[in-house]
Amino acid sequence: MYPFTFIKAPTESAALAAGAQGGKYIAGGTTLVDLMRETVERPGKVVDITALPYREIESGPSALRVGALVRMADLAAHPVVRSRFPVISQALELSASAQLRNMATIGGNIMQRPRCLYFRDVTAACNRRAPGTGCAAIGGENRGHAVLGTSDQCVATHPSDLAVALVALDAVVLLRSRDGDRRIPVAEFIRRPGTTPDKEHDLRPGELIVGIEVPGGAHTARSGYLKVRDRQSYEFALASAAVALDIRDGVIRDARVAVGGVATVPWRLSDVERLLIGKAPGAELWAAASAHAADGAKPLHGNGFKVELAKRTVERQLASIGGAA
Amino acid sequence: MAQGTPESDRSLTLTRRQFVGAVTTTAGLATTGGSASATEDGVPVSLTVNGKHHAVVVDARTSLLDLLREDLQLTGTHKGCDQGACGACTVLLDGRRINSCLTLAVMHDGAELTTIEGLAEGGELHPLQRAFIDTDAFQCGYCTAGQIMSGVGCIREGHCGSGTEIREWMSGNICRCGAYQNIVAAVQQAAKES
Amino acid sequence: MTDMATGTPLSRVDGLLKVTGGADYAADHNPPGLLHAVLVTSTVSRATITGIDTAKARALPGVADVITDFGGVKLPFPAGEISFFGQPVAIALAGTLQQAQHAASVVAVRVTEKPAVTSMDDRQAIAVPSEEVADYARGDADAALKAGPIVLDNSFTVARENHNPMELPATVAQWSGDELTVWDKTQWVQGTGKHIAAALDVPESSVRVICPFIGGAFGSAGRTWPHQVLAAYAARRVKRPVKLVLTRKQMYSGVGYRPESRQRLALAAGADGRITGIVHELKTETARYEAYSEDAAELPKMLYTSPNVRSTYRLVPVDVSAGTFMRGPGFVTGAFALESTLDELAERVDIDPVELRLRNVADRNQITGTPFTQERFADCLRRGAEAFGWARRRPPKARREGNLLIGMGMASAAHPNYMSAASAVARINADGTAVVASATADMGPGTATAMSQLAADGLGLPVAKVRAMLGDSTLPTAPMHAGSATLASIGSAVHTASVAVRDAVVRMAVLDPASPLYQADPATVTVHNGVMSAPGHGSERYGDVLRRHGKDSIDSTQTWKPGDGKKASSYEFGAVFAEVSVDIRLGLVRIRRMRGVYDIGRVVNPKLAHSQAIGGLVGGIGMALLESTARDHRDGRIVNANMADYLVPVHADVPDLEAEFLDGADTASTPIGVKGAAELVIIGVPAAIANAVYNATGVRVRDLPITLDKLL
Ligand SMILES: Cc1cc2nc3c(=O)[nH]c(=O)nc-3n(C[C@H](O)[C@H](O)[C@H](O)COP(=O)(O)OP(=O)(O)OC[C@H]3O[C@@H](n4cnc5c(N)ncnc54)[C@H](O)[C@@H]3O)c2cc1C
Ligand code: FES
Ligand code: FES
Repeated sequence: MYPFTFIKAPTESAALAAGAQGGKYIAGGTTLVDLMRETVERPGKVVDITALPYREIESGPSALRVGALVRMADLAAHPVVRSRFPVISQALELSASAQLRNMATIGGNIMQRPRCLYFRDVTAACNRRAPGTGCAAIGGENRGHAVLGTSDQCVATHPSDLAVALVALDAVVLLRSRDGDRRIPVAEFIRRPGTTPDKEHDLRPGELIVGIEVPGGAHTARSGYLKVRDRQSYEFALASAAVALDIRDGVIRDARVAVGGVATVPWRLSDVERLLIGKAPGAELWAAASAHAADGAKPLHGNGFKVELAKRTVERQLASIGGAA
Repeated sequence: MAQGTPESDRSLTLTRRQFVGAVTTTAGLATTGGSASATEDGVPVSLTVNGKHHAVVVDARTSLLDLLREDLQLTGTHKGCDQGACGACTVLLDGRRINSCLTLAVMHDGAELTTIEGLAEGGELHPLQRAFIDTDAFQCGYCTAGQIMSGVGCIREGHCGSGTEIREWMSGNICRCGAYQNIVAAVQQAAKES
Repeated sequence: MTDMATGTPLSRVDGLLKVTGGADYAADHNPPGLLHAVLVTSTVSRATITGIDTAKARALPGVADVITDFGGVKLPFPAGEISFFGQPVAIALAGTLQQAQHAASVVAVRVTEKPAVTSMDDRQAIAVPSEEVADYARGDADAALKAGPIVLDNSFTVARENHNPMELPATVAQWSGDELTVWDKTQWVQGTGKHIAAALDVPESSVRVICPFIGGAFGSAGRTWPHQVLAAYAARRVKRPVKLVLTRKQMYSGVGYRPESRQRLALAAGADGRITGIVHELKTETARYEAYSEDAAELPKMLYTSPNVRSTYRLVPVDVSAGTFMRGPGFVTGAFALESTLDELAERVDIDPVELRLRNVADRNQITGTPFTQERFADCLRRGAEAFGWARRRPPKARREGNLLIGMGMASAAHPNYMSAASAVARINADGTAVVASATADMGPGTATAMSQLAADGLGLPVAKVRAMLGDSTLPTAPMHAGSATLASIGSAVHTASVAVRDAVVRMAVLDPASPLYQADPATVTVHNGVMSAPGHGSERYGDVLRRHGKDSIDSTQTWKPGDGKKASSYEFGAVFAEVSVDIRLGLVRIRRMRGVYDIGRVVNPKLAHSQAIGGLVGGIGMALLESTARDHRDGRIVNANMADYLVPVHADVPDLEAEFLDGADTASTPIGVKGAAELVIIGVPAAIANAVYNATGVRVRDLPITLDKLL
């Protein structure tokens, strides 16, 4: 690990000031400490923001508001989240391990960096870590990599499970800097690699995530997350699906579907949603709609199976949320 | 890439790639009202471990795990990966189970820590420690401290409703010796007692 | 004696230390003045080193030295050259671990790269005969294949695997003058002492190696690896104690692996299911600088009656680090091909897989022709089938529960009962306690506990009065703690030494006019709770006679040697049964239940043996479903060299498993009736699971691990 100056920020303004001077925020540390030890991250200043007050979970009539420093474990276990936003609880509790969820924060979770094996190895070529060096994964070991949203610069999947649920529910990131506050949908906040894979998100220098906001609705209560992986627990997704459905009087009024583990960003499936809305739930509909779950996929030599797996994961999760009948 | 190609001198690309951004900044403390400390000079931290107060000055890079093992000589907590991927380093931080390898010691000024060495009270083993012996919940014993601390956390969190639930909530602790079912039995036994 | 310690489910004697954090593993030693050492390793697979820039590292605070000159130490690969990705090329030493890690990360190695071949499937990788495993033939197997009528001819692959014990390899080396003390992670303290001495060119007697606890190893700490030698070398150079701990990543190239393998297994049989011919052609990868072969050819030659067998084993040297034995080495690989093929044969001839095996069971070793010391293979098969409810097995694809297909599979397991000469000392103290000791080790099976139990019975003392010592090279000579040979060998030595020292005290008593046992026939003297007595005589304690003779203690060191094995073949047998579910659409395989039934001779401690057996099943589940060391053959790097990406089973993957041991002692093999278990318990597992997956889905997967992409 490279040496750094450690700054404990007692207040928001102290944090923003240190951030404006190039300080790197640290919350749970489960991404940052790991990557600093691998020398992937080499911040000169580390700013500890854990004393900041972003620890509230507020559930209003129309939205859920979650402070950036709320721990994954605490958000998952919150009774309102469990009952009205089960997809969020499930995505969180299928993430990492109980210990990591006790440490990691919601802000850190959406900011977590890719688990691409080459990204994490500083002796390998990686455009995201060292722009212009190439992407070792494209011609290398890429069983775990993305088939959707890739570019010729980078094919790393976005690792967060929570973010998949958030994108499905149109959640918004709440940001603050010395210039003021901003609100950006999670779906826009996390960027596709394109030609600038090093620009992972739309966070301005020194800006802090203060929280997230998730609009509630009839669909959020009928939601859930399915995660498919080789190992039964303690592993990132090979494919996952967040599904939320509003079904009334035998008709799907609203549908939210996003997939994880197969794309460079949490991947919203608007086409699939359109095929669902207005129809009667049932096995045939699930099959027909999920057939489009991987439209536009560009498989690599090691991950072709993810195309079919993504479809089947979506199909299964539609059935489990919408009913198989 | 290398196969069949003529011998080449790749040394420059290799080393340069390795050292992008190698320059160290330790100077220039922020004028923000925050408390700042440079790595090499050491950062004072005081924390309570197993009821005992410690005030130390550490390199800011020191993980909580390395602080325990190398500075405080509490070697009962083990390092299996140093990447949050095995659970061997599990301790209770302010009562909650965490991986001590993925957090910086300097972030825990004033914290209260319990490690495997502090679990027994007044010479009495914790019920989970006893259960581990009874059910033979280990072979080599290397993952054991982490399993037990995690098990204590799991019981406190109330995730011991069934074997399946324990299995899921203990999955952050790898046992390569494969003592899993005996560990689950031990957690179940201790959960009943508490 | 009625209340024997042997055979009772005693809790581990070191359990208390393990649950309180008191067990000392190698990296737990922090002698004063310690320097932390971190290895710098190569990032190419084959090259000549042209220079190593250490200036930047040396200038960092706390850095004591950066050693790049390995000239003064013998390493298995040529100096100045890079022979594999991840080879140690420099050592950074500093006052704190953080300083040493950082220093190592800024050392720059300049190389002139050479073309490297790291894949055994590369066209430039040339297979060569193994010097250790000779070609073998009996009868004419190729003719048998032509004759049929039933012929199966398939290829099998097994991915490279890393042992991944939870403990990181660690060495703490401290010189005092010319004497070296090493706290090390090793399965063989005396071997490591010898090898470090040879590598540093110092007398063997000047090196002491200590390792009372091993945090798992599974073969990875058997031989002495470069980092162990380099730690001692660095400590000598800097004249300070040095602690060197490998990172998890460095373990993947630093302490061996189960080599990747390619097998062709062709089998001919009659319609009655009797095997008429087997052709087994096998290849494994190996380092160029060091050949490692394993016994993957043994079982297809040995296990079943087949008049015709042809077997060849080839090594494929490539630019990779050296492989080594990993639990069930070779046997589990060969068994995967053989037992999968038998499953296919069973279906072809429409005979139940258990019955098919019973028809082909051999009553003698098919290679040597010698009978087995104890032949309970068929018993394992029958008992396993009964206890598992094998009769409920249905044809392929016939059982479905919701989205899950359910299937059952089974496989045989067998492993030679390896034994080596071993020594132990037993000491009886006048205060009624006793000590047994041997330079063996305990990486988890419970060596110390079993030693205590055997000694207690040999000495006529309660276990609580006996202390077992191991893990110190100054103790009586022991073989490597490997090959599942430990209990059979060390246990026999402990038993022999215990009986010898008991007899010595008994002799003292019967010759001593002051003893109530004076002139008793020694053969009639029994010892119970440390009290000697004989019919028609009085009784007295060990301590009474020792004290009269002015002794605090008496000891005996004995060496036990196994027989030459020429008359009978000593083998362990087993049968493994598995039930799996496979998600019909998602391809996810989950273990529902498993049972292993084993013949391992006498079971010294059923509780610990059960733990060892379920541990083997868990290891086998990993091999069957998860484990694979992923490499990028463009430059030979191991890409998943960490515990988040190299997957081993976690709690959620493992249901309650059952293991059972057939009653009985194999006294023809060892005086204590014990045979080995450690390797046996993994051997049939991957095949049983693969067969269960077939039974569930109708899909035969011949490439390990069986991941979901193979079943979509
Ligand atoms: C072994 C392992 C397995 C895992 N498995 C999973 C999994 O299955 N699913 C999953 O989703 N995740 C998984 N994770 C990732 C884990 O969820 C993340 O590491 C964690 O959520 C990051 O949160 P943190 O608070 O620890 O972030 P930190 O490490 O503290 O920070 C991460 C990044 O976010 C920035 N940051 C943090 N907070 C803020 C803020 N408020 N404002 C601005 N920037 C901020 C930091 O500067 C840093 O760049 C796993 C991690 C490990 C180590
Ligand atoms: S050492 Fe911390 S999780 Fe492995
Ligand atoms: S007891 Fe050895 S790793 Fe768990």
